[in-house]
Amino acid sequence: MDDLFAARSQMALSLGFHIIFACIGMVMPFFMATSHYKYLKTNNPLYMDLTKAWSKGVAIFFVTGAVSGTMLSFELGLLWPEFMLHAGPIFGMPFSLEGTAFFIEAIFLGFFLYGWGKFKPWFHWFTGVVVGISGLASGILVVAANGWMNSPSGFDFVDGKFLNIDPVAALFNDAWFTQALHMSLAAFTATGFAVAGIHAYMILKGKNREFHRKAFTIAIVFGAIAALLQPISGDISAKDIAVRQPAKLAAMEAHFETSKSAPLIIGGIPDVEAKEVNYAIKIPGALSFLAHGDFEAEVIGLDQFPEEYHPPVAVVHYAFQIMVGLGMVLVGLSLLYFLSLWKKKDWQLKPWFLWLFALATPLGFIALEAGWTVTEVGRQPWIIYEIMLTKDAVTPIPGIKYSFFIFTAIYVSLAGIVSFLLYRQIKAVPDSLKKNSQASSNT
Amino acid sequence: MLYVVIIFLCLSLLMYVLLGGADFGAGILEIFTPASMREQLRDTTYKTIGPIWEANHMWLIIAIVILFVGFPPIYTTLSVHLHIPLALMLIGIIGRGTAFVFRHYDAYQDDMQKVYNFIFTYSSFITPFFLGLIFGAAIGGQIDPEAMGFYEAYIHPWFNLFSISVGVFTVAICGFLASVFLVGEAKKPKVKSVIIGKAKLFIVFTVIAGGLVFAASIIDEVPLVGLLLKEWITIGTLVLATIAVVVLWMKLKEGNKMMVRFLSGFVVTAILLAFGYHYFPDIIITKSGENLSVFNSSAIGKPIDTLAWALLVGSLFILPSLGYLIYSFQGSKEPNQANG
Ligand code: HDD
Ligand code: HEM
Ligand code: HEM
Repeated sequence: MDDLFAARSQMALSLGFHIIFACIGMVMPFFMATSHYKYLKTNNPLYMDLTKAWSKGVAIFFVTGAVSGTMLSFELGLLWPEFMLHAGPIFGMPFSLEGTAFFIEAIFLGFFLYGWGKFKPWFHWFTGVVVGISGLASGILVVAANGWMNSPSGFDFVDGKFLNIDPVAALFNDAWFTQALHMSLAAFTATGFAVAGIHAYMILKGKNREFHRKAFTIAIVFGAIAALLQPISGDISAKDIAVRQPAKLAAMEAHFETSKSAPLIIGGIPDVEAKEVNYAIKIPGALSFLAHGDFEAEVIGLDQFPEEYHPPVAVVHYAFQIMVGLGMVLVGLSLLYFLSLWKKKDWQLKPWFLWLFALATPLGFIALEAGWTVTEVGRQPWIIYEIMLTKDAVTPIPGIKYSFFIFTAIYVSLAGIVSFLLYRQIKAVPDSLKKNSQASSNT
Repeated sequence: MLYVVIIFLCLSLLMYVLLGGADFGAGILEIFTPASMREQLRDTTYKTIGPIWEANHMWLIIAIVILFVGFPPIYTTLSVHLHIPLALMLIGIIGRGTAFVFRHYDAYQDDMQKVYNFIFTYSSFITPFFLGLIFGAAIGGQIDPEAMGFYEAYIHPWFNLFSISVGVFTVAICGFLASVFLVGEAKKPKVKSVIIGKAKLFIVFTVIAGGLVFAASIIDEVPLVGLLLKEWITIGTLVLATIAVVVLWMKLKEGNKMMVRFLSGFVVTAILLAFGYHYFPDIIITKSGENLSVFNSSAIGKPIDTLAWALLVGSLFILPSLGYLIYSFQGSKEPNQANG
């Protein structure tokens, strides 16, 4: 394993790990606030229990998100010093604003978690809402920083020097909006389906059905709405990168040769040597339509780029298929849920219905990781698109693979402990419910 | 605007050492506490530090962001030459942060608690040690951007007596801050007297470790003592700090909690100020003498201006809410969440 590959792997691992916790930290506060709101409106103690049960899970996830994020802010320098030396002042603006958002999030989480019985109920509710909003804001900001790497702006690049830097223009780069929109929706989709799935499974097990049904409903409504919007936003992203990063689009679609009325390639095994895709379904003209809104339009292929600037085609292509495929599955499930609301309320208690959602628990997160693989691997070999190569940015210190092994071990154990804790939280729900309803009858 | 950024950088580092330090110190104290008392100590710690815990380590993140946006050469030089201690410090941060929360949110109180406690206490020790070591290495003058060999470039800059002694000194300071901080919180007389004992112990430690830093600076030929004693301001601040330590020692038992806390904060601030004043504006002292300072390493123009505005506007939001957070949980009796 050479140092560059080790550094890329370590970065990918850290980001892939962080994103899971970041999404949960961004979205769960909204679920909690909804449940809390229902409690304040209806006085049904089940909603109070639900808010508290969720808030314990969130505390565990939040801290894991926070430490893995802290890691990342050091890792950017530990692994990519040459990149940070130039990029820091340019794309730093979102990070410095994000600092504020994180701070507010952390402070208000303190209010929310430790504030039971201390504040007026509506103020307490409000602190929870602030946690959600500032989490979402920090997610959008950091994605804007990533957008800058895909679509650098806000400086003049003259003789290898970065001049006339304008951080505000860098923040509002061409990619920020499409990426931030798609990512925010993805966070709601992934977290919504994951939470709904776990509660669907608990209903199947038959414990505290009322409690878990309430939880399921809140989570799935958020998740399903986001999942239905996801393909629309994804289409906007695809049209955008067709113009902005044609090499990435070509890799996603395994589109080797520039052509008019290009076919959409679904599935298949890309053969990079022979520049063709075997065993794929091809829909004539569909790619031209998706990318440019016209069945006849020309779509740039990989042949327009020198070989050394091609992203790894197979990885990007597979990742894209996984994301879109799972996206469609989630759209189907969302439609099923709304159908059941509209016509067939009794479906919601049928085992087959619950099993479908229980099995879908990880799908949103798999789609999300796949989507990031498309974006990040599709940008290769550039760390700053068409400005700086990843291999020129890597740290000079040798032996990065040892660091990669150590951090892999740490992340694996953390993931293990978090799952274990979550399992125990869920297992303990019946006990804590009894305690809580006693406590809430006292207040 | 550059000065605004510099002030925020100093402020966030100071806050991290004071608040974060008290926080690490609480873990260090546990190592030095007999098993029978640990449970009570842990309770006291959790009540005092729990609510502001999350906010504490944000100071570090702010400092890092300021460094990479405003002073990228400093950030990258540290990242390259001090890669190893930085990575070790990160491991400490991960272990500590997670263990602290896990042990309170585990739904069952069983043997896993031992694992969390083990990780918590030892990473509380590792993190400030490496933090101090990195600080020592930055000013120790052994960083050599031209170095070719692995040892010269990536090990020697931090693996030396001076850096290590600064690490030990930082650990002592954290223990000192935490024990003084907790004195005011302990309700039971027995716990209180144990904590006062620890506070005295850590004052002694800190003084010894401080002596160690000076001794190491002489052995490693870091020009510290001579220069520190040349400037009146540094001498004055250090004398004030010493007086404050003596007063603190006498007042530990009957002094009110705000006063002893203030004194301990004052001592640490004064030490940092003396160092800061002495080295200003340099941040990294290199072997060749071409030091990296906040002036010669800063980004210029718009990046600095926007950073300064972001910090100013941000603090308008942050400071009032942080103040209110600390105020709200003053003297709270019950950690509600724990039994909620
Ligand atoms: C729940 C997760 C999820 C789902 C169901 C989808 N996506 Fe996605 N996608 C993401 C999660 C995601 C992501 C992880 O959030 C990415 C990575 C970077 C980004 O901004 O969003 C992404 C990136 C991404 C990109 C690259 C954007 C860029 O590089 O700027 C495109 C073109 C699409 N997506 C298109 C789609 C389409 C057509 C979908 C149709 C169903 C779809 N995505 C479903
Ligand atoms: C959290 C979601 C993200 C995931 C899952 C993710 C995933 C990845 C992956 C898989 C790579 C390796 C690509 C390769 O080398 O083949 C990578 C590289 C990288 N990413 Fe991301 N990324 C995410 C978000 C971000 C953001 C928000 C930033 C910066 C603001 C960022 C900065 C980088 C950098 C600097 C590299 C290394 C250089 C490179 O390989 O081009 N990433 N990421
Ligand atoms: C798409 C990518 C990312 C998203 C959506 C995202 C979002 C978030 C969110 C919502 C949090 C709050 C913690 C929580 O609720 O669990 C968080 C924490 C954090 N993230 Fe990320 N992040 C991303 C990538 C990054 C990158 C690339 C960095 C560093 C350069 C980073 C640095 C941090 C830091 C320092 C924290 C801790 C802040 C705290 O203590 O609250 N994140 N992230």
